[in-house]
Amino acid sequence: MKALLLLAAAFVAAPVAAQTIAITGGTVAIGDGSAPIPGGTVVIRDGRIVAVGRSVAVPAGAQTVDATGKWVTPGIVAGIGSLGLVDAGGVGESNDGSARTSPFNAALDVSTALNPNGVLIGNERAGGVTRAIVTSDASTSIFGGQGAIIDLGADPDPVTKPRAFQYVELGESGADHAGGSRPAAYAMLFDAFAQAADYRRNPAAFDGRGRDALLKRADAEALLPVLDGRMPLVVHVERASDIRQVLTLPRRYPSLKLVLAGAGEGWMVAQEIAAARVPVMASAIADLPASFEQLAATESNVGRMTRAGITVGVLFDGSGGEHGLTQFAGNLVAIGKVPGATGLDWGQALATITSKPAQVMGLDAEIGSLRPGRRADVVVWSGDPLELSSAAEAVWIDGRSQPMNSRQRRLRDRYLTPGETALPKAYSR
Amino acid sequence: MAIRGLWAATALAGALVLGGCASKGDERPQTASAKPKAPAPGRGKGYSHDPFPSTYRAYPGVATLVTNVTVYDGEGGRIERGSVLFADGKVVGIGQGLTAPAGATVIDGTGKWVTPGIIDIHSHLGDYPSPGVQALSDGNEATDPVTADVWAEHSVWPQDPGFGRALANGGVTTLQILPGSANLFGGRSVVLKNVYARTMQGMKFPGAPYGLKMACGENPKRVYGSKGRKPATRMGNVAVDRQTWAKAADYRRKWDRYEDQGGDEPSRDIAMDTLRGVLSGEIRVQNHCYRADEMAIVMDMAKEFGYKVTAFHHAVEAYKIGDLLKQNDTCAAVWADWYGFKMESYDGIGENLALLHKAGACVMIHSDDANGIQRLNQEVAKALAAGRRAGIEVSDAAAWRWLSLAPAKALGIDDRTGSLKPGKMADVVLWNGDPLSVYTRPEKVWVDGALLYDANDPKRRPVSDFELGQPGEGDVK
Repeated sequence: MKALLLLAAAFVAAPVAAQTIAITGGTVAIGDGSAPIPGGTVVIRDGRIVAVGRSVAVPAGAQTVDATGKWVTPGIVAGIGSLGLVDAGGVGESNDGSARTSPFNAALDVSTALNPNGVLIGNERAGGVTRAIVTSDASTSIFGGQGAIIDLGADPDPVTKPRAFQYVELGESGADHAGGSRPAAYAMLFDAFAQAADYRRNPAAFDGRGRDALLKRADAEALLPVLDGRMPLVVHVERASDIRQVLTLPRRYPSLKLVLAGAGEGWMVAQEIAAARVPVMASAIADLPASFEQLAATESNVGRMTRAGITVGVLFDGSGGEHGLTQFAGNLVAIGKVPGATGLDWGQALATITSKPAQVMGLDAEIGSLRPGRRADVVVWSGDPLELSSAAEAVWIDGRSQPMNSRQRRLRDRYLTPGETALPKAYSR
Repeated sequence: MAIRGLWAATALAGALVLGGCASKGDERPQTASAKPKAPAPGRGKGYSHDPFPSTYRAYPGVATLVTNVTVYDGEGGRIERGSVLFADGKVVGIGQGLTAPAGATVIDGTGKWVTPGIIDIHSHLGDYPSPGVQALSDGNEATDPVTADVWAEHSVWPQDPGFGRALANGGVTTLQILPGSANLFGGRSVVLKNVYARTMQGMKFPGAPYGLKMACGENPKRVYGSKGRKPATRMGNVAVDRQTWAKAADYRRKWDRYEDQGGDEPSRDIAMDTLRGVLSGEIRVQNHCYRADEMAIVMDMAKEFGYKVTAFHHAVEAYKIGDLLKQNDTCAAVWADWYGFKMESYDGIGENLALLHKAGACVMIHSDDANGIQRLNQEVAKALAAGRRAGIEVSDAAAWRWLSLAPAKALGIDDRTGSLKPGKMADVVLWNGDPLSVYTRPEKVWVDGALLYDANDPKRRPVSDFELGQPGEGDVK
């Protein structure tokens, strides 16, 4: 109950559009795993979805948007990545996605760094991405810090939920960050939790300020809500045996609220993950033994885990921008047609990039679907949103219509006309 | 985050061609010159140009007729309810109303598509294989900005699981393996048939020209600048390039003279062999370059030293200079939509490919990625759609050129593969639907007429040594 109240408090600041909008005539996919509804209507009021379906009346005075021939879905919920933290990944000066020489780790709070005006935000918003799960990468420790859920709206406040989870590496990367082995990673984890408990018992007596302190005060403080289960612990592991090991953590820390990220070999331990009721963010396309912890990687992973009853959202692990998640979801449908492989049906596939990631982060009552009561993050697409030929044509976030222009669109328009014209290209805008 | 995909800071390329190369053991023509001078070996015969010859041979196939399919011939043509016939490893014909010769396998492909196999001009499979451990990281000889002496083929691990994925999921039948982009002169590329073999030579595309991988921009200056070495700037990049080409021109003169006229044999320099091959037109320059202004400088540098850039790879800003590329007859090999991951990719747009097509420049898709190579058809579909939204109309059939004939031309193998023209290698993919749809996968893949992947037959799916007996066993479990 306490957690719910905190959750509610976190949402109070969100902007609200006092307006009623009805999007009519489109093929409506709610995003909860159900099949699309031809000729459906979506009604938005005061920034929330109030009605969706085939026989929904358009309220008097509503602004109507004709989506005949189009598709209507919830906005994409992208993650887990660095959207909002980075201007260009390889440009260190612009990149708040990791802190390689900081003495702090679990305390790092990405909500302090978010820039809603970033070029990548604008492009991905125009591509149909409305929310994102962001975190900083672990680098000096197994802990990456406190991630956030953000919106991509063209407004000054991008934070949907700050300090939404703690991110930790417990596979090969964790071993590396902890000093070279998985046991070292677990020693670091257990010690950090023990120190956090010490800090709780007696903050004044807690050391944690010295140069050599294994855990700083701020880090210890940041781990308390994790120990209390008020903040999910997102654990990146890939190998089946690593997943099993992570699933034993609640025996030691009963309140821990686990989320698995990666889980490339999750299909091998799907029954155990399902029994533990641990949700997963996994890749849709990683099918190579890219490391010794991913030897069993397969495109059937998401399908098999979903079939086992696990809540699975799809991670963005591509390079063309988070809007490419629609392509990843489409591939989950495609793989289902290959003999011997396991995929998802269309509705389930869309859910892996909308309601499922929201559910993984415990926010599905707020975002990720068009079910009444949710925030009105809505996208109108030119066609089937998972198909490669389709594009977002209109986007609302919290019921507010979003600009569809972006820097990349401006570049395109500048160079649609080849060569120099009467004046240099620099004058063409 | 660490979950991120695989595109690494690796990509660079260079590919060259070795035609029918003479070996040093050949009978040397005797020249008429009388003196104590050694006899002239003849141009191009002073040393072997093919010391690691291909041992690839086509696997046995059966004459096959695929009927009732939509055919993209790879040259821009489309046939509805058509047929494709191949036999003895070669395409026999495409069209409507073809009849099967006696004993041929007939496949009813109703609702399906047939295309030429996909050719990826930019891959690091084998050189940066899976698993991506340090022990197998063999793509960048990042010890000197000029390593024209290294050959990517000497790093290729033929057991890379990525080859099988590219075949089964991507319909890729030919690929160029390039050294990485840490160096200005990264080394020689190699063109492979996507057929597993015990040795690299067993995969090598017979008679394909070699490439030279070059790189401009951020990578070389970062790698060497951070070591306090030259080049640390873009001007340093070009300075080292030009100095190296000047040296190569001198080497070429000496060897040309010796091969033509005899005399004392000049000393060999393995790096200069490759650069001489470029200057003589035997080896093709495959140049990693992102920014438009840098590509323009490189093309001028090429003119200065009398060589040609065959293709700029990555080329995210190529759309800004489509006219210049066309004038220089230089291709662009690009991603569909990668952008924003480094400063020189900041201006990447999804319309790059279509804008270049519109400008009449030579353009093609490439992967540079062990995952991306499994979905090049999807990448083209995205680029095509972005172009159409910008008002650039290209037909689906014409867009297939970006996947097959255009890379075949840039690799110098278009007389043998890259389209379904009769007489060409029967490198053929049967797709279970429209190959420009996200919902479609290869159903069967033939290389030189041999069926090497069949979605309906688990025995026709390769499992590399590395994956044999491992969990998942090559994603076939």
